[in-house]
Amino acid sequence: MQKSKLTLKTKDALTGGAFMLPWLIGLLVFTMYPFFYSIWLSLCQVEFTPNGIATTFVGFKWYAEAFTADANFIKNMTSTMESIIFSTPMIVVAAVILALLLNRSLRGRAFFRVLYFFPVIIISGPVMSKLMGNDATTIVHPDQYAIYQVLEGLPELISTPLLYIFDNIVLILWYSGVQMLIILAGLQKIGDPIYEAASIDGAGAWEKFWKITLPYLRPMILVSAAYTIVDLSGMTTTKMHTHIVNNMMNTIKPYSYSSALSWLYALAVLIVLGIMFLILMERRPRRGK
Amino acid sequence: MASKNLLLAKSKAHGKNIAINAVFYFLLISIGFVYLYPLLYMIITSLMTTEDLINPTIMWVPTRLDLSNFEMVWSVLEYPKSLVISIVFSVICAGLQTISCALMGYALARFPVPLKRLWMVLLIVVFIIPSDVLTIPRYVLFNSYNLIGSPLAMILPAALGQGLKSSIFVLIFMQSFASCPKSFDEAAQLDGAGRLRVFAKIALPMAVPVIVLCVIFSLVGYWNETAQTSMLVGSDFGTLPLQLQSFDSLFKNEFPTSFGDEANRLNERYQFSATLLVIAPLVIFYLFMQKQFVKGIESAGITGE
Repeated sequence: MQKSKLTLKTKDALTGGAFMLPWLIGLLVFTMYPFFYSIWLSLCQVEFTPNGIATTFVGFKWYAEAFTADANFIKNMTSTMESIIFSTPMIVVAAVILALLLNRSLRGRAFFRVLYFFPVIIISGPVMSKLMGNDATTIVHPDQYAIYQVLEGLPELISTPLLYIFDNIVLILWYSGVQMLIILAGLQKIGDPIYEAASIDGAGAWEKFWKITLPYLRPMILVSAAYTIVDLSGMTTTKMHTHIVNNMMNTIKPYSYSSALSWLYALAVLIVLGIMFLILMERRPRRGK
Repeated sequence: MASKNLLLAKSKAHGKNIAINAVFYFLLISIGFVYLYPLLYMIITSLMTTEDLINPTIMWVPTRLDLSNFEMVWSVLEYPKSLVISIVFSVICAGLQTISCALMGYALARFPVPLKRLWMVLLIVVFIIPSDVLTIPRYVLFNSYNLIGSPLAMILPAALGQGLKSSIFVLIFMQSFASCPKSFDEAAQLDGAGRLRVFAKIALPMAVPVIVLCVIFSLVGYWNETAQTSMLVGSDFGTLPLQLQSFDSLFKNEFPTSFGDEANRLNERYQFSATLLVIAPLVIFYLFMQKQFVKGIESAGITGE
């Protein structure tokens, strides 16, 4: 009895393995192997030979070179990371605001939801670069208004994000579609009873938002922020992407240098993700009381 | 007296409600305008003639209707051909990706697979690894098999569950299969159905909404993909977004104008009409499938963990 049960279980596991097989092969061939090969390439000098490519180990040479010999790298990296770091909170906040607006039972709500999600469908690298390159995404030209001068006069810490919003309002909204729906689904899971209970205790709309809605939304906000960072960093319109692609066939250091660049970029994105998790993660002790 | 007071309070509350609703509508509509602004701008600019574009007094209303630019762009993009390539390519990739992700999701949801934790972690890792990191080694890999320039370079990873955002699809499938009652599977098994048959005849039909969700998102994803496609298959592969990417040079090839001839010079009018033509199929697709797109995300339950 014991034995047959065991074999049944193993058989089940094996069948499960068979279902997993395509993914597993794919993981090994198209993800794991490239993953490690890319690390290896970034540490090597690559040369083209008639039999394919030859690699000689050079250590962290390319990584060092990126920082010391490539002025464009630092410039592109900073501007890409800056835009990710600025955009992510704004996109998530925009998604929360949009979700709150759409959560009210109004006539035509479905229409607006469809409208606000629409850009997600058409965003692609070439479309965005055509739009941005031809000025279609700047809805206001703030430099024409007096407020721009006022903003510019403020300390940089305040003025930079504000100006960034003005310049990128369309993009912030366009990139927030998926996040908006994630948060909206979260909002709809919060039941009415808890709001009613809070009302009875005398909480106003403002308090309800900060004390009930936001804490409930925390996991969805976390997911949205992670999605935003991954999504933004993968855009083909980022300067880092262009920089990596342009260096791929670099005649002196083909493959290797751009591999190193891509790892530096990946590392930077990971650090941003990590910081975001630290900021948004639930703080256990406080919750445990 | 008391009832009158109550009535008054009620109508006051009602009035307040209307006012709040008005504010909400105002906000919704103004945000909607910001959303649509680039499209409106694009449509109007593409309808303007070159003289209108140069004329600073004309902001929104073109002086006369001239659609010749759409014809020119149509031929520059080789529209019918590119459209077919785009459709075939993204349908194949999306179909295969959905199948492989469904299999993996089913395995994780239904079987006592060893190391389940590890696979879950790997799914997340795969999602986070930027595609830039993988593109170069994939290029080298496919190059050694002479697959660079063949759409297989994109199709194979999709067929083996390593396509665009595959991890998310696997997780969605997993959740959906896990939430189906196991007793259906068991009943079918008692009737003598094999595991694959149970999957195809019982599990999949119950997961139709999720399948639709994965197919449409995957379709849109592959339709819009250019980073890897242009690298691995080549920028002359000819999907619509790739044609748009190289639009400037394609246009100059087809209409090599002398500098004096303003009418044919490449400007926003052509850029935008090309962009509009490229997104048009997506817009139509979205108009038909909007419910599935929007409802899908809400019901998919990607919202937790």
